[in-house]
Amino acid sequence: MTATLVAPKAVAAAPLKVTGRRVARAEWAKLWSLRSTWITLGIGLLLLLAIGTIATLQFKSSTSSGKPVDEDFVGATAHSLALFGVPFALIALGVLGVLTTSGEYTTGMIRSTLAAVPRRLPVLWAKAAVYGAVAFAVGAVGVFVAFAISSGLLSGTDAGMSFSANGVVVSLLGVGLYLGLVGVIGVALGALLRSSAGGISALVGAFLLVPGLMSLLPKAWRTEVTPYLPGNAGESIFALHHTPGTLSAGAGLLVLLGWTALALGGAALRLKRADA
Amino acid sequence: MIEARRLTKRYGDKTAVAGVDFTVRPGAVTGFLGPNGAGKSTTMRMIVGLDAPTSGSVTVNGRRYARHTAPLREVGALLEARSIHPGRSAFDHLMVLAHTHGISRARVSEVIELTGLQPVARKRAGAFSLGMGQRLGIAAALLGDPQTVMLDEPVNGLDPEGVLWIRQLLTGLAAEGRTVFLSSHLMSEMALVADHLIIVGRGRVLADTTVQDLVRDAGGDTVVVASADPGRLRQVLAGPGVGITGRPGSEQLQVTGLPAREIGIRAAAHGIALYELTGKAVSLEEAFMELTKDDVEYHTTVRAAA
Repeated sequence: MTATLVAPKAVAAAPLKVTGRRVARAEWAKLWSLRSTWITLGIGLLLLLAIGTIATLQFKSSTSSGKPVDEDFVGATAHSLALFGVPFALIALGVLGVLTTSGEYTTGMIRSTLAAVPRRLPVLWAKAAVYGAVAFAVGAVGVFVAFAISSGLLSGTDAGMSFSANGVVVSLLGVGLYLGLVGVIGVALGALLRSSAGGISALVGAFLLVPGLMSLLPKAWRTEVTPYLPGNAGESIFALHHTPGTLSAGAGLLVLLGWTALALGGAALRLKRADA
Repeated sequence: MIEARRLTKRYGDKTAVAGVDFTVRPGAVTGFLGPNGAGKSTTMRMIVGLDAPTSGSVTVNGRRYARHTAPLREVGALLEARSIHPGRSAFDHLMVLAHTHGISRARVSEVIELTGLQPVARKRAGAFSLGMGQRLGIAAALLGDPQTVMLDEPVNGLDPEGVLWIRQLLTGLAAEGRTVFLSSHLMSEMALVADHLIIVGRGRVLADTTVQDLVRDAGGDTVVVASADPGRLRQVLAGPGVGITGRPGSEQLQVTGLPAREIGIRAAAHGIALYELTGKAVSLEEAFMELTKDDVEYHTTVRAAA
């Protein structure tokens, strides 16, 4: 061993310093350097496309056979059929969001992460921003393609609808926004609970199980509470027709943003206060 | 430079670190020595801000670790527990950490080369052997070219080749003028690399000393000498830096600060017959055991055979 053991020969271009942008760059690299990211995002995309397409084909064959339409398909359009896969994509994208943070704790990576960024909070903000953007992009691309497929398959029928139809593009972007925020909530739940099983359960519970429990409430409360649940508020962001008892798109977005802020706030508090 | 002041960490009603004070000075290898459960890992976690002290403080180069603009430039740490995602390759792991500080890709390649990880750099870290995992941890610690390198039990579980590699690395780092702070529960390992020793037991600092002083304080250079006239021998041997103890009525004296050879020569010159002249050598291991005997968490009870 010589005296120039670890002194760098490569001189850094800029002085070493932790910045928010650099932490985000690190989180971006972290995300894409794991095989599970590619697999889970691929599954999310596949679920959006496959389930939307299958629903459309099923609808088409049942209407063209002349038999009475299946209950699920009453009033279906290319838009509603294309979105059949959204709850499934929600699970895939939400679970990956949980794993980006819970995985840090289950593997011990968090110690390396926080030794590099000991102020801690920039890590949470960077993860939320990076993964939220990725989940938005995957969700938006997925539903645009899914809609293009069902729109093509149903063109010329009563259920047919094109991108130029009133509100379609905004609604599809709304789906992307919804899935992006679900991803951020997943990130927050993983950081809050520091456990993959716990985070995933909380996410699935909040979006898929709690709405089912609403039937246990007295009817008066039920109609008051239900629209504000994260899943219901999220779905009203991209609903084409707003029925009474659901929120408007803007109100739905605000409510879901509120839930997201709550989850992130809890995660930030635990990250800052508790030992890693 | 690492300075701990009244540093304390409690978990519930268990005190892991009980108000320790110490300073790790630059340009030397400081060993952090103590039995398992003495609070070494907890102290190191507090230094890099992973655990918050219950009270007291610890600073790195004058301020808390988290307040530095480029923390990896100040302290490179290898913690005892694995801190790597098993699904990421060694190169990607280092690149991720490099990104946070704007450290160049060339520097990542440098530390990979330095730690001999080239053949496995693109492999998933989960498949690494213990030795390779340790090398990756050290590569990460050196990434920011830190002034202080801190390693928690770096040789634990390594094969002899790995142990030798770490030893040479530590000596090399100190030769470059860096501060090296490493923990171990093995005195023998410490004696080979450390200049300075901070010995802890049950969360307290038991000794803040050097290897030589530790041996001397444990009676390492005591000579036992016996003669018919201990009173006269005492006068003959007395001098600056010489300590002599003996019980009244006993022929024996315990002498420190004089080698056995010198004692023999002086006694002969004064015509004093010696009955006994024994150098009492204490190994570092014994000195350490003596110091920590009351502070090990779990004692082994040796039962006498019936």
